[in-house]
Amino acid sequence: MKWNIDESLPIWPQLYSRLSAGIAARRFPPGSRLPSVRELAADAGVNPNTMQRALTELEMKGLIVTNRTAGRNVCMDQMIINAVRQEEAERKIGNMLKSMEELGYRDEEIRRMIEDVLQDRRGEEG
Amino acid sequence: MEMMETKKGQGGRELLKIEALSKSFGKKKALCDVNLSLEKGRIVGLLGPNGSGKTTLIKLINGLLRPDTGSIQIEGYAPGPETKAMISYLPDRVYTADWMRVKDLLKLFSDFYKDFRSERAKEMLRSLGISEKDRIRPMSKGTREKVQLVMVMSRDARLYLLDEPIGGVDPAARDFILRTILTNYSPDSTVLISTHLISDIEKTLDEVIFLKEGRVVLKDGVDHLRETEGKSLDTLFRDMFSVLPEENILEAKDVF
Repeated sequence: MKWNIDESLPIWPQLYSRLSAGIAARRFPPGSRLPSVRELAADAGVNPNTMQRALTELEMKGLIVTNRTAGRNVCMDQMIINAVRQEEAERKIGNMLKSMEELGYRDEEIRRMIEDVLQDRRGEEG
Repeated sequence: MEMMETKKGQGGRELLKIEALSKSFGKKKALCDVNLSLEKGRIVGLLGPNGSGKTTLIKLINGLLRPDTGSIQIEGYAPGPETKAMISYLPDRVYTADWMRVKDLLKLFSDFYKDFRSERAKEMLRSLGISEKDRIRPMSKGTREKVQLVMVMSRDARLYLLDEPIGGVDPAARDFILRTILTNYSPDSTVLISTHLISDIEKTLDEVIFLKEGRVVLKDGVDHLRETEGKSLDTLFRDMFSVLPEENILEAKDVF
C-alpha cells in the first residue's frame, strides 16, 4: 500500500484518509481482518501511536470494529462503507474543483471540460 | 489496545524524569538546567545541531557521566545498577570487536543481559541475510551499525537510548533501522533517538525535544507542532537553528 505522507501536515488525518479510502475501494474488503497497529505503522513508516489515533477515528466512524480477541475487522455494513466512499469521492471532487478555480476556470467551463474529457475517454475505449 | 493510548495525567506512565540537570566539561557548559519528563510507550526524537549536548544527555541518563547538579530518575531510580538493567544503549560509534563472529556477539549479549531475546535477534539477522558464522571485521560500517541495532533492540528494555542510529548509513539501511524500531515498539517502553537528520525519522516520532547550546528550547508532540506551525519538523528545525555562530553553520551545511 502506498501511503504518500506529507510531513508538513499532521500525519494522523492522512493515515485516516488513506485507510478509509482503502476500505471504500475494497482494498480492505468488508469483514476482513485489518493488520495490527504495529504492522500498519511499520508499513507506513510512522509512529504506532499516530497509527492508533487514525484507527480510533475509523472506529468512531463505524468503519472498523475492534474485538478484544479477534483484533480489528472492517465493518460489514455496506451503508457505512458506501457513505464513506461517497464522502471520499466528494472530497476528491472538491479538491479538483479548487485547483480548477485556482487556474481561473468557472463552473460552466469546468462542467463542459469534464464532459469533453469523459467523451474522449469513451472514444478511446470504444 | 487501550494500553497503547497514553493517558495523560496518570502518574504511572512516567518513565524518565530529569530535574535541573547541568553538566560542564571544564569551562564549557554542555548542559544547562535541563528539565524533562518522558512517558512510557513513546518514540521521542532528541534533536539538535552538533555540539548541542545530545550525546552528553544520553550518557548522563545512561550513567556513563555524572551530573554536576540536578537529578535523573528512571522508573524512580537514579542511574546505577538497577537502571543499567532497564536501559538498552546504542552508542554513537561502532563498538563491536573485530575478532568476533556474530554468534560471539549473541553470546555476549545473552550473558550480559537477562532481558536479551536471542530468538528475536536471530530472526532479524536472518532477515538481513547475516549468518551467525559471519565475522564482524569484513563488515561495512552500515552493516555493523545494523547488527548493533539488532542487538540493542532485541532486549526487553524499558528505555532505549539510540545515539545517532542513522548517521552515515545508506537509505536502505536507514529504512531497516526505522522499521526495526517500529516493529519492536512496546507500549511499556520508551525510545529516545538522537539525531540531526530529522527528515529521515520525523514520521516515526511521537514527540521531539530540541536542544540548543545545552538547553531544551522546545518539547512538543509532532502532530501538534505540524498543526500549529504548518510545516515539517525538518523545516522547523532549520528555521530555529538558522542563526548560528559561523563554525556551526559550516557544520550544518556539511550535514544537510
